[in-house]
Amino acid sequence: MGAIRKWVQAIFFLLTNGSWNFPFTRTIYQGPLKVVCSPGLNCYSCPAATTYCPMGALQQILGGVRMALENGQYFLGLYVIGTLGVIGGLIGRMVCGWICPFGLFQELLHKIPSPKFDVPRVLRFVKFAVLLLMVIVLPLTVVSELGIGSPWFCKYLCPAGTLEAGLPMLFLQPSLREAIGLLFYSKVFLLLIFSGWSVLASRPFCRTTCPLGAFYALFSSVKLVKLQLNRERCTNCKACHPVCPMGVHFNESPNDTECISCLACSRICPFQAIHLEIGGLPLTTMTDHHKAKPRVVSPQPLG
Amino acid sequence: MITKHTLPVRKAPFITIAIFLALAMAGISLNEPKRVLEQAWQVCLSCIGIG
Repeated sequence: MGAIRKWVQAIFFLLTNGSWNFPFTRTIYQGPLKVVCSPGLNCYSCPAATTYCPMGALQQILGGVRMALENGQYFLGLYVIGTLGVIGGLIGRMVCGWICPFGLFQELLHKIPSPKFDVPRVLRFVKFAVLLLMVIVLPLTVVSELGIGSPWFCKYLCPAGTLEAGLPMLFLQPSLREAIGLLFYSKVFLLLIFSGWSVLASRPFCRTTCPLGAFYALFSSVKLVKLQLNRERCTNCKACHPVCPMGVHFNESPNDTECISCLACSRICPFQAIHLEIGGLPLTTMTDHHKAKPRVVSPQPLG
Repeated sequence: MITKHTLPVRKAPFITIAIFLALAMAGISLNEPKRVLEQAWQVCLSCIGIG
């Protein structure tokens, strides 16, 4: 299943970044697919991006809501929020584990050999503040003389935009280099911080800062596809604790907002107490769920 | 494979999806996809930290 997940991540990376003629056009894709929502965090100013980033689009719409209303246009972000809500209702943060390109980027960085550290659990709440303030409140309320708000998250924080769009566009359009200032350097610094942190800790941006992950986290209890804990089988052996890339203790909180349904816990569970379910319908590869015997986990040789 | 031992079907996901689908439809009826396209076709300089 781990290999399947890697393939799904790679396929979605290519689907959401499928425009590869940018070395010739030296700009971004401007086709009709840009009306399709990228489920994961994927900057639409990336030269290869074929879809729109929901966080970027939402901030832009909310930032321009006053001007739109003055012109009699009721652009309130319903299309973007509705689309995100449908994705959230279907799979929630499974997007983070299976689809998001920036999640894949962090996973790959974490494979670099180094000492590994945990992310303090209290930092998980920061991303909800980022969603509320930088994506919704500040673009709506802090406006220019023309009544237009800024995309605060994209402008001041998003490392995915710097990686996928900022750096490539500077390479493709040398004239943009003259506009580089302190803001860009601060964003490159943030990208370096999150990249370095990803080597040392698992998915730090997802766990602490990502507003898209925070939005999908709101659907943890009501999403259609989710992991289910069979409490009759669970022995609280805690085998699921160290393998979770998001620091979830699944036997203690099966509806945890951090769960990205990567199935690492399901694979390692010696008692097969964790399985995927769709709307209450359990899925398993076993022919008879109740006859399954606990797996014996052989100790790995040292050295 | 789907087992025979099923939990009660959860209704909350379907209600949630229906509500947000209605929101998306409302956005489409207000022509929001056109606005999204206009934005997504432009390089957002402030989004990428330039300008």
